[in-house]
Amino acid sequence: MSASRRAAARTTRIGLFVPAGLAVALVALPLAALLLRADWGGLLGHLADPAVLPAIRLSLATTFTTVVVAVLVGTPLAWLLARSHSRRASWLRALITVPLVLPPVVGGVALLMAYGRRGVVGAPLLDLFGVRLPFTPVAVVLAELFVAMPFYIIAVEGAMRGVDPRLDQVAATLGASPWRCFTRVALPIAAPGMAAGAALAWARALGEFGATITFAGNFAGRTQTAPLAVYVALERDPDAAISLSLAMLVVSVVILGALRGRWVR
Amino acid sequence: MRGSRPIRRCRPTLAYAAVAAAVLVASACGARGGSGGGGESGVADVDPGAGGASGSTVTVLAAASLTEPLTALARGYEADHPGVQVRLSFGSSTTLARQVAEGAPADIVALAGSTALAKLPPDAAQDGGRATIARNAMEIATPADNPGRITALEDLSRPGLDVVLCAATVPCGAAADAVLSRAGVTPNVVSREVDVKATLAKVRLGEADAAVVYHSDVVSAGDAVHGVAIPAARNTTLDYPMLWLNRAEHTVGFAELVGSREGVTALTAAGFLAP
Repeated sequence: MSASRRAAARTTRIGLFVPAGLAVALVALPLAALLLRADWGGLLGHLADPAVLPAIRLSLATTFTTVVVAVLVGTPLAWLLARSHSRRASWLRALITVPLVLPPVVGGVALLMAYGRRGVVGAPLLDLFGVRLPFTPVAVVLAELFVAMPFYIIAVEGAMRGVDPRLDQVAATLGASPWRCFTRVALPIAAPGMAAGAALAWARALGEFGATITFAGNFAGRTQTAPLAVYVALERDPDAAISLSLAMLVVSVVILGALRGRWVR
Repeated sequence: MRGSRPIRRCRPTLAYAAVAAAVLVASACGARGGSGGGGESGVADVDPGAGGASGSTVTVLAAASLTEPLTALARGYEADHPGVQVRLSFGSSTTLARQVAEGAPADIVALAGSTALAKLPPDAAQDGGRATIARNAMEIATPADNPGRITALEDLSRPGLDVVLCAATVPCGAAADAVLSRAGVTPNVVSREVDVKATLAKVRLGEADAAVVYHSDVVSAGDAVHGVAIPAARNTTLDYPMLWLNRAEHTVGFAELVGSREGVTALTAAGFLAP
């Protein structure tokens, strides 16, 4: 009895550990290779490269703007989606999810069609206000919002769904307005989910490449984010590309770690 | 309460085990199916031994600017040699050279300019051969309606114009930089694209007022863009070296076609200069 149980336990362990180990290897191996191949001696020199620092700065500035905008406009949408059971809400949810599965380059083309100089919105903007969006940092933020905000909305909607509807009913019977229910009941309960969603959206925005290069172009200091700089550096100086990749890895891990320790459990 | 706990804890473990087993079976099946499928569909990408020149497939990596003439020549070659497939992949010469150096399977490599050659292994063509198939000059491309009213190189430095160039690391960008700096023209560059077709696309879409690209790209874009010539004295030309990396029948066959009178005709019709 106990022997067969032990055998079963062993089988279970093998059945779990082998695929689990494979999963770890698939993720960890490339990261380890990056560390192994890094030119540690030249690391600081590469990071002082005139193309690298502006790229990291631009990436940080645009991704934080993206997260702030996503939180400001995405949170109310997530709340409305979480509390609505209408067919329209499920269509809206499907629409918001599209960028998650769309190749980012396609997103970039769509953004050009919308905000480009001849775009649906871009042409009137240029004619009426002289505002041109492509090739500007604003375009970088728009591209990052397009690909990253859905991550935030979906994560926060999930968290807000978990808010017991009876809690806002109780709040309402105690005389709280819907706005007060949202800010005093739903938001505090969903806060960890919001932090997780923000971290996810931030990480996705930081890695954004396809939509950015298609819509915002690639110009050092203005629209060349860190991933674009890595791609261009790979042609010129692979060691510099590896150094920049390492810097991005460190920044991502540090910020995700900080978020995790602070807000996410 | 206490008594029920171990049972409860056990349940998810069993469930996980079941899922893991299912995944394992599925992945084993997937791996078997996958390797078979990959071997067939991805011959040129993963399996240089089975695919490539020894069989009836020729893999050609070529500079983005060669897209139109090489595609036409490849389709012609396939029509003349039933069963033979010419696989074409276009990109920036710098990227292609790096990919070949990193072991990307290729039978023929055609590059823009000779700088990218340095990224290839020095013995790349030792089993095959090499030839210069064409030359190309630079030209200014504007949207068809030329909203910036550009008529000469100097116009590019006019403030308020959006100019797009190739990245300095790829041949078309280096050539454009050379032409502009020699002429003392400093344009308002808004983007440096990864290859010449991406650069031209920004002009075709009307997002940029001008780009400095190859003459052949302006020709291949037809009515979609307007070309503004750069006088020969201020222009620069690039050679297009082609390397064949083995002596397989169709590798040599296609290389010979590109170098033949028919190939030169196709290239010059596409806006290239004869070698």
